[in-house]
Amino acid sequence: MARISASVYTSHVPAIGAALDLGKSDEPYWQPVFRGYEPAKAWLAANKPDVVFLVYNDHATAFSLEIIPTFAIGCAAEYQPADEGWGPRPVPVVKGHPELAAHIAQSVIQDDFDLTIVNKMPVDHGLTVPLSLMCGQPKAWPCPVIPFAVNVVQYPVPSGRRCFQLGQAIRKAVESYDAPLNVQIWGTGGMSHQLQGPRAGLINRDWDNRFFDRLIEDPAGLAQIPHIEYVREAGSEGIELVMWLIARGAMNPGKPRVAHRFYHVPASNTAVGNLILENA
Amino acid sequence: MALAKPYLDVPGTTIFDAEQSRKGYHLNQFCVSLMKPENRARFRANERAYLDDWPMSEDQKLAVMARDLNRCIALGGNIYFLARIGATDGKSFQQMAGSMTGMSEDEYRAMMVAGGRSVEGNRYVGEDGDAQAHRQPQGAAGKTAKAKEA
Repeated sequence: MARISASVYTSHVPAIGAALDLGKSDEPYWQPVFRGYEPAKAWLAANKPDVVFLVYNDHATAFSLEIIPTFAIGCAAEYQPADEGWGPRPVPVVKGHPELAAHIAQSVIQDDFDLTIVNKMPVDHGLTVPLSLMCGQPKAWPCPVIPFAVNVVQYPVPSGRRCFQLGQAIRKAVESYDAPLNVQIWGTGGMSHQLQGPRAGLINRDWDNRFFDRLIEDPAGLAQIPHIEYVREAGSEGIELVMWLIARGAMNPGKPRVAHRFYHVPASNTAVGNLILENA
Repeated sequence: MALAKPYLDVPGTTIFDAEQSRKGYHLNQFCVSLMKPENRARFRANERAYLDDWPMSEDQKLAVMARDLNRCIALGGNIYFLARIGATDGKSFQQMAGSMTGMSEDEYRAMMVAGGRSVEGNRYVGEDGDAQAHRQPQGAAGKTAKAKEA
């Protein structure tokens, strides 16, 4: 049977991808970010999964305002890196895992989560920057990836509670798959940031670190936080953090092992956070 | 019955909800069109002509041509969509975000390197933080404006 062995949480700031792609990772501004991810990269190299289930949000790339799915699961064989206006990132094509993705879709929908099934979409920085941060610049990504896109662009976005419950349904789906796959689930986006209006640039270090603490110790309680608290305390785009609760919900009940924790301000407009939790 | 919108009292912040999305539909879809290199080239060659192909309001077109992102957002734009205009201009997200504060690029970057904008005084409209309406524009531009008033 398949199992979820660990969860990874990381910001997906586009400027981080640009810094890497343009060879700026050794500049003093970026050094602390990439150095902070070194233990995470080493951990992934030592704990290579068979599949990554990658929770992220599309930034008006695959989904314009024509169609706005709340939860969309990628069931395709591969996904091309998108041209977001600066040209496509020079990163490998993302290979999918259509069999496991279709199995998860069937199981989770039967569990009352009405997913949108996507068989063709480009993937933007929300998906490729976490891969770059965790894997560096390989010729091919180390394993297949199932993209899972969450609407956090147009309100109302799904609640933290709904995301946490969805994660539980994803765990159940993975555990009913008849092949011995080692699956990691990654939750991406955040941490505190606001990209719009006179309040742009908001960072809340204390709130972010409490979010880390509660994600580890009290995820069910953390999942009760209403949207407005994210907006007020962590900035309008800090709402992306609800996606971390999907990954956390997919972990076993009980306390996880903390394999890595890193926090840095700033990357462009954003507080960067990275956490790795292993199932005990 | 009116729907709950508990996010209208956050200073300097517009939440992109269904109502904003309806207002900004064509503005945002115009931005999506800039993901194609040939459309970026056409837009650069003649912005007005390119915009006139879209059923946008005159206010929206003027706000785009002025690169006034705060105004674009008030008229229904969303920053992830508006970012396509910045990309077409060769601007980073940081340059775009900073432009909405009135600060210069250097001032905004320095604020971020120093830890970002504090949430203190910026949680509710009516407090005295730097994102409040009575403290715009921020940075040296704000000091100049205040000096002129005095």
